Amino acid sequence: MGAQRPPVDPDVDLGVPRQRAELRGGTTSLLAAIAGGGMVGALARYGLTVTFSHPPRGFPWATFAVNVSGCLLIGALMVLITEAWTAHRLVRPFLGVGVLGGFTTFSTYAVEVQQAVAAGAVRTGLLYLAGTLVAALVAVRLGVTLTRRATGVDRNRSAG
Amino acid sequence: MTVILVALGAAVGAPLRYLVDRAVQARHGSAFPWGTLVVNVIGSLLLGVLIGGAAVGAVPGSLVALLGVGLCGALTTYSTFGYETVRLFEDGARLPALLNAIVSVVAALGAAFVGVTLAETMWA
Repeated sequence: MGAQRPPVDPDVDLGVPRQRAELRGGTTSLLAAIAGGGMVGALARYGLTVTFSHPPRGFPWATFAVNVSGCLLIGALMVLITEAWTAHRLVRPFLGVGVLGGFTTFSTYAVEVQQAVAAGAVRTGLLYLAGTLVAALVAVRLGVTLTRRATGVDRNRSAG
Repeated sequence: MTVILVALGAAVGAPLRYLVDRAVQARHGSAFPWGTLVVNVIGSLLLGVLIGGAAVGAVPGSLVALLGVGLCGALTTYSTFGYETVRLFEDGARLPALLNAIVSVVAALGAAFVGVTLAETMWA
């Protein structure tokens, strides 16, 4: 079948010719798209974590929801732009690298676990640590599978 | 004001992740996502220093917004990490996928602890 194999690294995968060629179309527009997307994603994350803040010993639901929903969306996005459609060269940098990369965060996740443990809520910290990891990976898989099914990429795959 | 600082930090953090990821990948050809691992660990260390410093009153809230919520938040990523892990697994690289998940979580958490401790030693 003609569809490309999706890359392993959705930010930049130098094994994928189209991604190696990205910079040739203009570094400025590429980095600007990533920066713009990153701002949108980070502001959405900031808004959610401020609105749904958690007590020092509580479960960080806001970051949990941000990271899991971001993972669901990256799974869907990557199927859409690498398997189902041919997207403009700035779509993945803007939405994938920028918006979703800026929206989700590993640093806040790690520090929130540390803070929970430091506050004496070891069990909550470990539950948050493992819960985010499992939910995020399931979410990526779900995003990929549901989008393949919805776009019919699934049928092409088994036929090809 | 805080909103502007978060946006500014993210406008630097997200492209920085792309450039670091690209530079790390260019140095070796393996499919293992070293680039994302590197940014996630560095970002967790820096955020640990900032949050630890803020707790003892040495780092102002504006700096936490700019460098912590904005820069570190956008520099690090869960979506890229999650996608890479699932893709490795789908490609049959099950051990690398498992290792990526475990090493990322353990290294970032370790970096966060080191960062907070570093801040406490420096400023307390």
